[in-house]
Amino acid sequence: MRESKPNGPGAGPGPPCPDQVLENVLENVLQFLTCRRDRNAASLVCKSWYRAEAMTRSELFIGNCYAVAPGRATARFHRITAVVIKGKPRFADFGLMPINWGAHSTRWLTAFAGAYPFLEKIYLKRMSVTDDDLGLIANSFSCLKELTLVCCEGFGTSGLAVLACKSRQLRVLDLFEDEVNDDEVDWISCFPESGTCLESLSFDCVECPINFAALERLLGGSPNLKKLRLNRFVSIGQLYHLMIRAPQITHLGTGSFSPSEITQQAEQELDYRAAFTACKSLVCLSGFREIAPEYLPAILPVCANLTSLNLSYANINAEQLRSVICYCHNLQTFWVLDTVGDEGLQAVAATCKDLRELRVFPVDPREDSEGFVSEVGLLAISEGCRMLQSILYFCQRMTNAAVTATSKNCPELVVFRLCIMGRHRPDHLTNEPMDEGFGAIVMNCKKLTRLAVSGLLTDKAFDYIGKYGKLVRTLSVAFAGDTDMALKYVLEGCPNLLKLEVRDSPFGDSVLRAGLPHFYSMRFLWMSACRLTLPACGEIAKEMPHLVVEVFTSGTEPVHDEDEFVDTSYMYRSLEGPRDDAPEYVRIL
Amino acid sequence: MARSETYENDLHLEATKLRLGLPGSNEPEKQSTSNDVVRSNKRASPDMPQDSGSSTNNSDISDARHEDCPPSSKAQIVGWPPVRSYRKNNLQPKRTDQNADTSGMYVKVSMDGAPYLRKIDLKVYRSYEELLQALENMFKVCIGKYSERDGYNGSDYVPTYEDKDGDWMLVGDVPMEMFISSCKRLRIMKSSEAKGLCCL
Repeated sequence: MRESKPNGPGAGPGPPCPDQVLENVLENVLQFLTCRRDRNAASLVCKSWYRAEAMTRSELFIGNCYAVAPGRATARFHRITAVVIKGKPRFADFGLMPINWGAHSTRWLTAFAGAYPFLEKIYLKRMSVTDDDLGLIANSFSCLKELTLVCCEGFGTSGLAVLACKSRQLRVLDLFEDEVNDDEVDWISCFPESGTCLESLSFDCVECPINFAALERLLGGSPNLKKLRLNRFVSIGQLYHLMIRAPQITHLGTGSFSPSEITQQAEQELDYRAAFTACKSLVCLSGFREIAPEYLPAILPVCANLTSLNLSYANINAEQLRSVICYCHNLQTFWVLDTVGDEGLQAVAATCKDLRELRVFPVDPREDSEGFVSEVGLLAISEGCRMLQSILYFCQRMTNAAVTATSKNCPELVVFRLCIMGRHRPDHLTNEPMDEGFGAIVMNCKKLTRLAVSGLLTDKAFDYIGKYGKLVRTLSVAFAGDTDMALKYVLEGCPNLLKLEVRDSPFGDSVLRAGLPHFYSMRFLWMSACRLTLPACGEIAKEMPHLVVEVFTSGTEPVHDEDEFVDTSYMYRSLEGPRDDAPEYVRIL
Repeated sequence: MARSETYENDLHLEATKLRLGLPGSNEPEKQSTSNDVVRSNKRASPDMPQDSGSSTNNSDISDARHEDCPPSSKAQIVGWPPVRSYRKNNLQPKRTDQNADTSGMYVKVSMDGAPYLRKIDLKVYRSYEELLQALENMFKVCIGKYSERDGYNGSDYVPTYEDKDGDWMLVGDVPMEMFISSCKRLRIMKSSEAKGLCCL
């Protein structure tokens, strides 16, 4: 490693050569470069820049844990203080991946333990994390300040207990949408009695009861705690007691938001409004996991300050929503359940003029369920909330007109994900395919980087995407398209395409041929229930040495040579070749 | 990437563009698309023209891959809609706002031949199966399975309830939420006595 010491008495032999001066300067400049894409670009200029960039990068981002080996990363970067690693592709969330497919964290954590013992932040998404891994984290990183696990699985409360016990410097322990095993361990009690540095504790997804008395004590010993997201085993009465102890809270996940069966009488008599009033800094509210709607008005005192409100577990109707949303003038992020209906969304549109992100989830997520929101709600939202950047909308009925209007009303859209739950549903007023609506989105929303399409779609929709979706990085396709041309339009037309996930669409082998020149600039291509043959996938694997081609089914059934089409093909660029930790039912070609 | 405008070709901007990727991996390959276009007119839904937005057409949709397989009637596709199982499992049924009784939905349960009555909290049960299971355990009887046509035909005992109008109804006919909001008390009748309630 090169020292960057200037001249001085006894410093060494003579003045530093110009190259070193340049690298010195570079390092000082590059320190300010935080965006990883800029850093990647800088590192490609020349060897000197490559070295300087490697010396100054402090955050390591691994978008696909199999794209590069841990050793390669630790060899290149020596001063990492924060790591982000992503594992499985998103479709794994919906049960489309076999059990034990991979994305094991151990290898990475072990490498980091050796190379970056002073690591401060770890962020893992869709990785398999075991209790042992949590133990490894607890024992190897004495300076660890933040641990965030998103959509991970494989660990349980016993692993959490070890973490709680040993990570004295931990400021952030955030568990979001993980699957946590209930080992019946009281992990909350394992935090040090003497107090913690905790600033954020999120365990909304932990589906097991917790020791409430221990939690109260923990709060008492954590004066810096600003973000607390409780799980549904905390009743509203218990929430009250926590809130009055921690009025400095800024982000609150309210737990069940209903009284417990046992102490209902006592809980009904508490002054919840007062508790909320005392939380003057509250800006983000979530939880409401088993909401008793009659308690909702308790949040009124904080509504005006809220920038983020997540009611996506709250089964409430339009009127109940209206009574609180009308005060939420500063709301920027809003997640809600479709039980509020188009009417509820109209109320949102009337008040939340600064809304940036809207997600509407279905209470009944089946494809033949009754949808409670439609094009009416979407249109209202787009007309009222012109600053929208991100939309996720589940519905059963939609029209091209509403989607087109949205594209014109909300030119700032970066993310547009529309899920018409019934498969192949056309515009329900005109009976036409939804091509024109999505076409308008890519045409008018010039900043769009993420798109998910649904409904009845012909190749035309994809022609539009290929023509106009120049910034699109992530595209999600399901039950759509007529011929291979559809994907060809996209592969050839979208230069920034990074992630393409396709399911249940009639695309065949010629798509792979067309995609060949692009696969190395994409992170991955996922195609399941399409018309890809095993031989074609094998050919691709042969022709592209830095592309790993995996084929598998959604269960542990192995891939049969004589099957007409493969169930799922998942291919991703990698510097390492086929991985060695795949289960036997996952075939790597 | 593959489509270069003519002026870009002259300036060789592609070659100087900084990106991650192997050198030479991005040469635009002009392929003759005519051979490659597979006229795949096999759509997932052969009944597409009739799809006028009705919500009950799923019985005609067949798997996009196996055209020769018989279409599955109303089969739920794995992972569709794309909602995390986490959300599917955890949503509780709506708690009906009981103006009369917000502290538990305790109702009396009587059983023919039993010396005293019991009380159960209806709010605790998320489905009829759970409720009937609990009743079976409580009274040590067999209630059996509900069928729309025959009620509880074949069981020794039949669960009934008194609704808001004072009528005695068979447990299981209406959606659970409706039942919970209208049930005043339960009675487990001997099937010999219950003949009048079951539709034949």
